[in-house]
Amino acid sequence: MEKRIEIIEEVTVRFAGDSGDGMQMTGTLFAKNCGAVGDDVNTFPDYPSEIRPPADTLYGVSAYQVHFGSKKMNTMGDKIDVLFAMNAASVKVNIPYLRKGALIIANSSGFGPSNLKLAKYDSNPLEDGSYSDFNVISIDIPSIMKEELKDLSLQMKQIDRTKNFFTLGIAFWLFSEPLDITIQWLKSKFGKKIEIFESNVRALKAGYRFAEQSPEFKYRYEVPKANMKPGYYRNITGNEAAALGLVAASKKSGLPLYLGSYPITPATEILHHLSGYKQYGVKILQAEDEIAGIASAIGASFAGNLATTTTSGPGLSLKVESLGLAVIMELPLVVIDVQRAGPSTGMPTKPEQSDLFLAMFGRHGEAPIPIIAARSANDCFYAAYEGAQIALKYMTPVFVLSDGYLAQGTEPWLVPTLDELPDFEFEFAKDPNDYKPYKRNPETLARMWSIPGMKGFEHQIGGLEKENITGIVTQDPKNHQLMTEIRAEKVAKIVQDVPDAIIEGEQSGDLLIIGWGSTYGAIKNAFDKLRNEGHKLSFVHLRWLNPFPANLGEIINKFDRIFIPEGNMGQLGFIIQAKFLRSVLGYHKVQGKPFTALEIEQELIKLLKEGK
Amino acid sequence: MTNIIDKPVVPVGELTAKDFKTPIDVRWCAGCGDYSVLAQLQKIMPTLGIPRENFCVVSGIGCSSRFPYYVNVYGFHTMHGRALPVASGIKIANPDLSVWVITGDGDGMAIGGNHFIHAIRRNMDIKIMLLNNEIYSMTKGQYSPTTQQYSKTKSSPFGAVDYPFNPIALALGSGATFVARSSASNPKHLSYVMQRAAQHKGVSFVEIYSNCVIFTDGIFDKWTDKHFVDENAIFLEENKPLIYGLNRDKGIVIDNLAPMQVQLGEKYSENDLILYNEKNLALAQMIATMSYDNELPRPFGVFYDVEKPSYDELINKQITDTINRMGPGNIDDLMRGDDYWEIK
Repeated sequence: MEKRIEIIEEVTVRFAGDSGDGMQMTGTLFAKNCGAVGDDVNTFPDYPSEIRPPADTLYGVSAYQVHFGSKKMNTMGDKIDVLFAMNAASVKVNIPYLRKGALIIANSSGFGPSNLKLAKYDSNPLEDGSYSDFNVISIDIPSIMKEELKDLSLQMKQIDRTKNFFTLGIAFWLFSEPLDITIQWLKSKFGKKIEIFESNVRALKAGYRFAEQSPEFKYRYEVPKANMKPGYYRNITGNEAAALGLVAASKKSGLPLYLGSYPITPATEILHHLSGYKQYGVKILQAEDEIAGIASAIGASFAGNLATTTTSGPGLSLKVESLGLAVIMELPLVVIDVQRAGPSTGMPTKPEQSDLFLAMFGRHGEAPIPIIAARSANDCFYAAYEGAQIALKYMTPVFVLSDGYLAQGTEPWLVPTLDELPDFEFEFAKDPNDYKPYKRNPETLARMWSIPGMKGFEHQIGGLEKENITGIVTQDPKNHQLMTEIRAEKVAKIVQDVPDAIIEGEQSGDLLIIGWGSTYGAIKNAFDKLRNEGHKLSFVHLRWLNPFPANLGEIINKFDRIFIPEGNMGQLGFIIQAKFLRSVLGYHKVQGKPFTALEIEQELIKLLKEGK
Repeated sequence: MTNIIDKPVVPVGELTAKDFKTPIDVRWCAGCGDYSVLAQLQKIMPTLGIPRENFCVVSGIGCSSRFPYYVNVYGFHTMHGRALPVASGIKIANPDLSVWVITGDGDGMAIGGNHFIHAIRRNMDIKIMLLNNEIYSMTKGQYSPTTQQYSKTKSSPFGAVDYPFNPIALALGSGATFVARSSASNPKHLSYVMQRAAQHKGVSFVEIYSNCVIFTDGIFDKWTDKHFVDENAIFLEENKPLIYGLNRDKGIVIDNLAPMQVQLGEKYSENDLILYNEKNLALAQMIATMSYDNELPRPFGVFYDVEKPSYDELINKQITDTINRMGPGNIDDLMRGDDYWEIK
């Protein structure tokens, strides 16, 4: 039958099912396909913290959201347009996130009596009108697949496992996407396991064919290609990007990479990735605790490796003392904090931006540390790389802030080559006769670096205050003041390597939005939308939070009102107010979820209406 | 006690103990046991065949942790309890280094207790010298994890109710490959034990009784003072019977699966005594229990010495093996990954 074709600019799709239904793989493959055909994509996995939660329960739902289209996506998408649901529970938990009129494609075999009971439904919602706000197409996938695979003599359990590829086939038909990229992937993954390969390819094709032939599917969509720069792309999570940024930094700097880390959600994948990079000379200590993680990294740095430690809030709390040591030792160290909702154990898998104060101020004594915050999954690569550059150039620990949203979300990444990446500026001391451990480079105030094994440079330093230049332990009152000031001045000097902030929109005027970290995408989408509608607005997104870009004060003074949405109770706002003596309008979300563009938009409209 | 040294003492190049001294004044109290340990380390270092720049001395916080400032090699005075993880990072980063950790009973057994068991469990190739004075001296006299029960200290005026650690048993239980005990008051024996520790490949743990003249003066005299040592201490020697006493008339036998002190003569002869074997973990663990509790003579010397690959060696070997097998990785390939696409 003839199907209507509708052209759409962007769409948000969510694949949801039970933890064992393969929804993460389905979403990943769908996202890859979208990228490969030339759309922009932004994804976010949403899965239970439990490893194998009881089947078909509400808390056992695993989902993968894909937001794709013909312009820059920036976020995981506000509301779901199409939900693929494998069972009753996976519809129920996603109802609050569905757009009114959204399409639900439901596997009806997941709505049997026990499924309904576990999902706490009294009657079958597919039949009782519960989903009347939405368009529902219900399909008994396993029985179709049983027919499709009858010559393969598979057990029902194996047949049931093909339902995710059937779903993927429907999705590809619905968005007019090709099947060959996924078939190619199946071949490279399961080419040798003929049964798995054959059954999944058949499922994929059967899903596609089913949608094509079923009268229930009245129209399909076409998403025009995005205007992507030519080059090689891949989808990448923030955590993998951070790991790659560190390896690239190691290669480019010529220093072996050392990671001292303790497993912690949501930072652990950085440890997973780096521990696989033996071929790239990465040295790992999975430490006995968070303290040993960073302390060993400080040791590795003392011995001349590019040292890093990765963590999240509770771990960062434990690393605080060691950070002070790295500051007074003036040793290079990259500290990656993948922020999560706190305090205490808080909500381990949920993002928040609430470690800014800890990064900025969380040390005893005067111990400034530079801070760079990644603004997207891809940017985790560049933030980690840049963090390493600054750490080595200025001989200082550097914070790289990410969060649970960036860490696990993906977007297509235009993969750079090592040649394209900037060079490193640092050196080891050369002349033993001229060597003093705290003699400094006048440009950067970085102290001279010599490492064990270098003959003639032997020196003894530690956490005690030391005399400037010689590094000899002293409690001289004026020297402590001098050293405190030098350590502060050194971090302040990094501003010479921090690019000026750029104002998007009006260059001066009423309302300036300042964002940092992962709020970039939601702010950007809301900002673009309102600007297109003719509103006068301005936006500055900060990557460097310590030091701030040199022109930030000047920019702030060009605007009447400053608006800072952030995933905490106003930490950047507090710092901006203190530093620039300007009052700030805040918008604070601490719900374990990133801002949606709509939330920012609504808040901005309110502010625009209120006027000055 | 005999002095068994595997290697003859030959200085490397022109270097002597003097070259391992820094110009800084040593600031321990007069009579502190730590002076003796420092002197032995400075004497041993030039004899080990290791270039001076390849030594690293790392410490935590406490009286003994001032050590790095006094040894003219690479020195790192870290945080309270954290010397071992810092030293582990140094050793993994550069396995060619000879890394020494100087710690105390507070630094190593209390705040650094977790790091202690794990560095040992990994057989990290680090030489750990635990200068035990059974007290927190730097903070002016609080009881530590090795302070004997009911000791009256600044923080236990009614007597400490804590049970103490036995550092030797703890090290053995953590999987140490070299465990020894010596005393700052016996420089000859200390020198021997420290050389054995230095020559051991893998983690070396040496508990050194170091008398604190201010807070715990004399607590080790029973086993270290020349008037008592022969009667109350027993020196472990490989393949020799456990014999002691001023007249070498006492010994240790195994009775009911535990060490028992016997008088040599009518009932027991030297042939009945335990023949020490440094490679026997069960024996080492049994001998380690000879302590306050069972009123047996205090053992000194090498309890245990076996070889197994160290963490730093294994982790670096995984890297070289992988590179030998697959070649050095191409970063551009790694960044692009397997699942990439091209936009033209």
